[in-house]
Amino acid sequence: MISFGWMPVWRRNFLVWKKLAGPSLLGNLADPMLYMLGLGYGLGGLLPAVDGVPYLNFLAAGTLAYSVMNSATFETLYSAFSRMHVQKTWDAILNTPLGLSDILLGELFWATAKSLLSGVAILLVVWVLGLYESFALTLALLPVALLTGFCFAGLGLSINAVSPNYDFFLYYFTLAITPMILLGGVFYPPTALPGWLAAIAAWLPLTHAIDLARPLILGKWPEGMLLHAAALLAYGMAGFAAALKLTRRRLLR
Amino acid sequence: MPGMTPPLSLRGLTKRYGGQPVVDGFDLELEPGRCHGLLGPNGAGKTTTLRLSLGLIEADAGTVELLGHPMPAAAKRARRRVGVVPQVDSLDPDFTVAENLQTYGRYFGLSGQAIAERTPALLEFAGLAGKADAPILTLSGGMKRRLTLARALVNDPDLIILDEPTTGLDPQARHLIWQGLRRLISQGKTLLLTTHFMDEAERLCDVISVMDKGRVIARGSPRELIAGHIEPHVVEIYGDGLNEWKPSFLPSPASGARGEFGKHGFPPSQPDRDAARSVGREAGVGGEGNALCHRCEQAGETLFCYTDDPEKVVAELEAKPGLRYLHRPANLEDVFLKITGRDLRD
Repeated sequence: MISFGWMPVWRRNFLVWKKLAGPSLLGNLADPMLYMLGLGYGLGGLLPAVDGVPYLNFLAAGTLAYSVMNSATFETLYSAFSRMHVQKTWDAILNTPLGLSDILLGELFWATAKSLLSGVAILLVVWVLGLYESFALTLALLPVALLTGFCFAGLGLSINAVSPNYDFFLYYFTLAITPMILLGGVFYPPTALPGWLAAIAAWLPLTHAIDLARPLILGKWPEGMLLHAAALLAYGMAGFAAALKLTRRRLLR
Repeated sequence: MPGMTPPLSLRGLTKRYGGQPVVDGFDLELEPGRCHGLLGPNGAGKTTTLRLSLGLIEADAGTVELLGHPMPAAAKRARRRVGVVPQVDSLDPDFTVAENLQTYGRYFGLSGQAIAERTPALLEFAGLAGKADAPILTLSGGMKRRLTLARALVNDPDLIILDEPTTGLDPQARHLIWQGLRRLISQGKTLLLTTHFMDEAERLCDVISVMDKGRVIARGSPRELIAGHIEPHVVEIYGDGLNEWKPSFLPSPASGARGEFGKHGFPPSQPDRDAARSVGREAGVGGEGNALCHRCEQAGETLFCYTDDPEKVVAELEAKPGLRYLHRPANLEDVFLKITGRDLRD
């Protein structure tokens, strides 16, 4: 049975975001942009071509993926935790005809949508600065950003479900997010890593996202496109399934 | 009312946590259009009972029917016609007053226009007319509770469940909430409320269930509970010399029955006014003549004297300038303390 019960939950988050969009946009969108431009021009000026393109072009795909990841992760960790644990918004919704799956789907789709916006912001910079080979191929970055956002929203919700407080999220950042940024190919090609480390890195969700995004910016269709897409989808769905089970155990027993 | 579906029907309801029963064979049937109070010390199982009733958690045994729907199977459908005022504030702090109603109404599938049409009446009901655009952060505690009540009415529910609706409010704010709840009762809504305030239960509720350790230990109207469980008058005595003077106060041990110190008798399951009153007479002044009250209880430095015949006690006390006293009619709190005990629960 298809339920649209998630829509009022999504809408609630959207309306709150609309009110506070200023600082939110600045943090989510401008921050990764500044990193990309600063590192791209600053560090890039010292570097020879990476993967055959200027460093800034190389960095664009990684920045897009990591910006989407960050946005989805922050939304499903800190923001969702505030709604669940601090403001008791979820408890209030559970007293209405909506159920926990409606709430979590609403959160999942909301975080996906919000992170897509982060991806679009980077894409705009890519377009404005002409950091691409084929404009048509860069359009395929939109579904890539959507999938990446979905993946990390699902994973983030599962972490949220077991977190006793905000500090707990540091484990996730230190043990999962930061290693992914360093190993997933944001700043340098994974070929620069020792073989065993590159083998591990190949399994990380962010690596799959960058494996899709980078070729599209460099002007070719990604190799193993379906595999990468399926991996992102699978990680996101597994995370969401765990979130549903764990949050039910947390709130409804 | 025969033939009508009870708004809520609980039978043999049991919920255990870690093997410990929190709700233990609980039965309850609400009558339409009445206010039913659920009283009990902390940890008695009140909130768990409400969560079971709403289908938020599953019972280990027993059945729940909410507005005729089996729970939790038909929870979503049943909750369409239920309004809930939770114990903890859960208003959306980022929204204004009207936006809170809008957002909440959408969870019931109501259209924005339908909610907007209801909003002025809801705000008027909650005493928040003119506050539609006020941010939540600018509201007082009482206003927030009233808005939470208005929010619970956004779907025009048949049954309203309130978990400690006036906890933490000042007297003015409590009276406003009470007025609102009385209006709802007079409109024919059914109310189920938990509270720690006996005066609140006494004023609002037609029927009260006193819960302890997950079970009903007394049930009846406030008057029935008072008449059936306790003597009609209470004299609270405190001050210097209480201990020396106390013995003359005690019910005579020979007359037995009700004179007990620091021990709390278990109440009869079916309060019977006449029976209780006659026991009171036998145990009291009838016997030795030196005992002034039927039953005493000491809590800290205060002696609570329960009696049918307060004049004698008061006359005696007037002659003892060292002692201070307060003579008042027995109330629900006395019943509550008698049957659930004076020990702290948390």
